[in-house]
Amino acid sequence: MFDFVAFIPRAVAQGVPLMLGSTGETLTQKSGNLNLGLPGVMYVGAICGVIGSFMYETSGVVMNGFLAVAIPVICSLFGSLLMGLLYCFLTVTLRANQNVTGLAMTTFGVGFGNFFGGSLIRLTDTEVPSISLSATSAYFKATLPFADELGWFGSIFLSYGALTYIAIIIALGCSYFLKRTRSGLNLRAVGEDPATADAAGINVTSYKYKATCIGCMIAGLGGLYYVMDYSSGIWSNDAFGDRGWLAIALVIFTMWRPAVGVLASFLFGGLYILYLFIPSGTNLAVKELYKMLPYLVTIAVLIIVSLKKSRENQPPEHLGLSYFREER
Amino acid sequence: MNNGKVRVPLVHISRRSALPWYKAWAIRGIAIVLALIVCGILTTLLTGEDPIQIYISMLDGAFGTSRRIWVLLQNIAILLCVSLALTPAFKMRFWNIGGEGQILAGCLATAACMICLDEVLPNWLLIAVMLVASLLAGGIWGLIPAFFKAKWNTNETLFTLMMNYVAIQLVAFFIIIWESPVGSGNVGIINQQSQAGWLPMIGTNRYMLNVLIVAVITVLMYVYLKYTKHGYEISVVGESERTARYVGIKVERVIMRTMLISGALCGLAGFLLVAGTDHTITTTISDNRGFTAVMVSWLAKFSPIFMVFATFLIVFLDRGASEIASDFGLNEAFGDILTGVILFFIIGCEFFITYQLHFRGRHAKEAAENV
Repeated sequence: MFDFVAFIPRAVAQGVPLMLGSTGETLTQKSGNLNLGLPGVMYVGAICGVIGSFMYETSGVVMNGFLAVAIPVICSLFGSLLMGLLYCFLTVTLRANQNVTGLAMTTFGVGFGNFFGGSLIRLTDTEVPSISLSATSAYFKATLPFADELGWFGSIFLSYGALTYIAIIIALGCSYFLKRTRSGLNLRAVGEDPATADAAGINVTSYKYKATCIGCMIAGLGGLYYVMDYSSGIWSNDAFGDRGWLAIALVIFTMWRPAVGVLASFLFGGLYILYLFIPSGTNLAVKELYKMLPYLVTIAVLIIVSLKKSRENQPPEHLGLSYFREER
Repeated sequence: MNNGKVRVPLVHISRRSALPWYKAWAIRGIAIVLALIVCGILTTLLTGEDPIQIYISMLDGAFGTSRRIWVLLQNIAILLCVSLALTPAFKMRFWNIGGEGQILAGCLATAACMICLDEVLPNWLLIAVMLVASLLAGGIWGLIPAFFKAKWNTNETLFTLMMNYVAIQLVAFFIIIWESPVGSGNVGIINQQSQAGWLPMIGTNRYMLNVLIVAVITVLMYVYLKYTKHGYEISVVGESERTARYVGIKVERVIMRTMLISGALCGLAGFLLVAGTDHTITTTISDNRGFTAVMVSWLAKFSPIFMVFATFLIVFLDRGASEIASDFGLNEAFGDILTGVILFFIIGCEFFITYQLHFRGRHAKEAAENV
């Protein structure tokens, strides 16, 4: 029988970086910015956290639980904030093409991550090509003390580190913000029709900046989660892989709804690792085909959404276009 | 104006009327020089080396030996081929960022023919079949998103992006099937003994043919975009779909036809990679060229002639940066950082070409003079 108790926690762990990434990207896209630099932002978020905690772990002071978590989190937020500012400066202030800027940011961010990752690996002088921050990771992975005693219930619902629950809260919070608050409404207006929003007295530039920067910071946390929790504090170059693109896929899959993203990201996480749980015997090749599933599902959703043409489920009207007041 | 208390913003931005081309290129030139200075400073900070030494090292990496020059030319050829492939789609405002997948589809078709048909067909026929198969595979990979875009206006940016990963997994699947030796996880050099399906060398030079093919394609693409009816239709659809419909252009057909061409040319790049240089297939064979080409095509403002320079710049930086990396003991990814920095500068400078800044001080004076 299919082993759900083993499968679900792994699907969730796989899904959390995607959830954070897609929540951040949803917020960004709602402001009309299609940030294809997301993979780069997540890399930068991850490596900044790693640099921070590497400095702290090797500084020789006795580790304090609070600082061990706070330092990487702050470094990660700061790194991804800078990436967000860069993206906004180029696309909003200088009105550059969003796709090109995003792709350049991905090149830069992935390069940045691998470069500093590689340099730190050299500093540690180890044989294996990775950095291990197990002490910091232990703090990130700390679970409730009684989780182990609750059997299957414990392992499905309570076996995760704090960042998992924080990710869910952020996603639900974003959903509430977008749907139920005045600022959320304004933000959606900016993404749908910036000229009208501008005429209504909404500061388009400020909304775009804030949404994109906060979105990038949330996405950066996704990168941090991947290193600190999912891979137990081990950074190796290119290990993060194509999760950034998958997070963008998830935005479409959830049709710009962060609350749906919570479950959808677990589903994607499950699809991502399904091949490990499918008994395929010695036929390794088929497993590669299973890895296609998340992308195929996204394509299917994309097609269905465009077929149905329902007005709620469309991308923000002004997605991918920059706004200039004097060009109507 | 009541008591002169009107708030004038510090900077007022307005669109320029067309800037003469030499001024536009001067601005781009300044941006590239600034970018190179920043890169030099960055490298100096990280290595403590003399910046002049760094630039010399870059030049050496790109042009140091005749082999290096050929590698540079080969890389330019492939990247240029992909950039040219994406250009008609971009001109039509169809954001094809699925170059990666279309290249891989071409690679896969080429490799499949090389592996399965190498003893069935004579060599010249095999190469012809490989060429046709790769064009078809790439074309179909591009046509799928175009079909949905044309019929139901499905978002093509995201669709083509997803198609990349489907292609990558498909290649991963076939790599395991074709593994040689079994268990190694890669295909190895295909037909190493017989060299069946390898593109012929011109003289002793392995890369010459690729370069020549791409040079021909560049000219053809220039003519296609500038002097043919198809090219005209593409620019009308790109400028305004409504106008295109009004004048009786069948927009759906133009979209599908253009993407077929775009995908097929990406497939051709895949063919050149597998049959011309690498003689093997991996999931990373296209080396992110599908994405880099998006930037190249955009930097060149969709003009095939400028694209030659833009490709040269990007490939030169890439080769140069990897030389710096190995000379000064930095890791390979350093090249990506430098490329990123330079791209940011070039992307940013477009603003100063399109728009004009009016500062408050000067503006006020002009206003006073006009009174």
